[in-house]
Amino acid sequence: MSRSLRSIFTDRVMRVLLVGAASTSVLIVGLIFLFLFKEAGPFVLKPGLAKLFDSQWIPVSFQQERYGVGPLLSGSALVTLLAMVITVPTSVLIAIYIAEIARPMEREWLKPFIEILASIPSVVLGFFGLIVVAPLVKDIFGLSTGLTALTGALLLSLMAIPTVISISEDALASVPYALKNASLALGASHLQTIFRVTLPAALPGIVAAVMLGIGRVIGETMAVLMVTGNSAIVTFSPLESVRTMTATIAAEMGEVPFGSVHYQSLFWIGIILLFITFILNIIAQRVLKKYGMMK
Amino acid sequence: MKKLVSLVLSTLLLFLLAGCGSGPEDTTTDKAEVQSLSIKGSDTMVHLVSTWTEEFMQSDAHVDISVTGGGSGTGIAALLNGTTDICAASRGMKEKELKQAQASNISPKEIAVARDGIVLVVNPENPVSSLTIDQLREIYTGKAKNWQEVGGPDAPIIVLSRESSSGTFIFFQEHVLNKEDYTASARLLPGTSALIQAVAADKWAIAYVGLGFAAESQGNVKALAVQAQGQAAPVAPSEATIRSGEYAISRPLFFYTNGEPQGVAKKFVDFCLSPTGQDIVRKAGYVPVS
Repeated sequence: MSRSLRSIFTDRVMRVLLVGAASTSVLIVGLIFLFLFKEAGPFVLKPGLAKLFDSQWIPVSFQQERYGVGPLLSGSALVTLLAMVITVPTSVLIAIYIAEIARPMEREWLKPFIEILASIPSVVLGFFGLIVVAPLVKDIFGLSTGLTALTGALLLSLMAIPTVISISEDALASVPYALKNASLALGASHLQTIFRVTLPAALPGIVAAVMLGIGRVIGETMAVLMVTGNSAIVTFSPLESVRTMTATIAAEMGEVPFGSVHYQSLFWIGIILLFITFILNIIAQRVLKKYGMMK
Repeated sequence: MKKLVSLVLSTLLLFLLAGCGSGPEDTTTDKAEVQSLSIKGSDTMVHLVSTWTEEFMQSDAHVDISVTGGGSGTGIAALLNGTTDICAASRGMKEKELKQAQASNISPKEIAVARDGIVLVVNPENPVSSLTIDQLREIYTGKAKNWQEVGGPDAPIIVLSRESSSGTFIFFQEHVLNKEDYTASARLLPGTSALIQAVAADKWAIAYVGLGFAAESQGNVKALAVQAQGQAAPVAPSEATIRSGEYAISRPLFFYTNGEPQGVAKKFVDFCLSPTGQDIVRKAGYVPVS
């Protein structure tokens, strides 16, 4: 009797502990949202949300502080877009090679190296960017300085490529053999099969991979802080300097007086950023789920 | 089986307890008389402060001093939050910050410990060797975009600056830009060494750094002479011209403490102001106050 009671009790306790552990992450996300809104909140009353739509970001000024997030949004957008233009074709081609063409030996060599690329700390990549990539960009385009949006985008694509490759490769590998075999049996060549059958069939997975890659790129801080030059201007030229949202938070949060308007405006940038990555993640998961690729 | 369950349970509990139990770090108590002192603030002063610290700890083995940078603003914020004993600042406290200090019941005491000159540096290949304060203002506010406009060759000016968390950023804005805003196309770099690196690499760049850094990186960058209004000729930055005030862009470097410094903090401040301490100031590339 007492033994069975005890085992029921143990079961209960275990269950509570495990549920608690599992829901911690949900709780933490909720708390982060709450915290962000709590810190950013007073901005709505004074000086008002309209201030965020100012055309300039000048948070430290003797004249008039201005908190327009437009230049920062456009900076993040430009860098992300460029990074994706570089990342997507490269990673998809590499994924195709690994999944469809490479011999097993090659695959076993390539995959660990790609994973190592994913694990390089972003500060280290930032240094690499400052010392190696920036001078390269400067010389190739004949600029007077290498601190440009393009330099940042190059580094960011180095970070996104491993993620996009491994998810795209999974998607390509999970295309049923029947499809490929049917294509080959109809007389299509290997290449034709890859580009006309396998790739279209894996497209949803690749789209999701790209979405996750964008999420990684837009949230990255250190590398862009070090090489994009951080000028808060609106530009569409890859060879100009831009200031991203993440770099702004990283550079200014340390100095700002606690609870000031500048402080709150940085939290608004955080909210906007969180919102963007949140939506990207949801889209990516929807796409993966819809096509049954979530494992 | 039951043993396994209870083992897992107790491990889980242990983790939970460990998670809850980590209270505030104990710094002062225990460890037989080793006193600790934290100094935080200006990136410009980190080099100087850590040299002071090394010398000081050699003479007094019972003190453990930690020195961190992050910018004057960061240091002042830390002083107001009570997370540092001494704040090193390369600018005076702003009105906003003084108000905050009042609100959080902290009475900052200002001690001038050295003087620093802000030196404008360009690439050694740039033929320009001196600028007036007005020209500097035009460059940094974005009115002059080409070296031609300030007596140089036909080439774009790459304007480099520190991030807005830097004391140097605010000092320069107040005293050279006449409180005007920096041009939006100025590139803001995260540290002095990044600035030096960029000026050494980019032929048409201009940046401002502390005298100590400029002296250290001579050869890689070139220091400009500066001509203030009413001066007959440009003055090159040097210890003599900065102490005499002849060189226009110079500033005092401060320590801030909460109230009069006491105990270890007082001993340390006294050491910094002593002849030995001021000798270190000179060796670090700054200008002694006494």
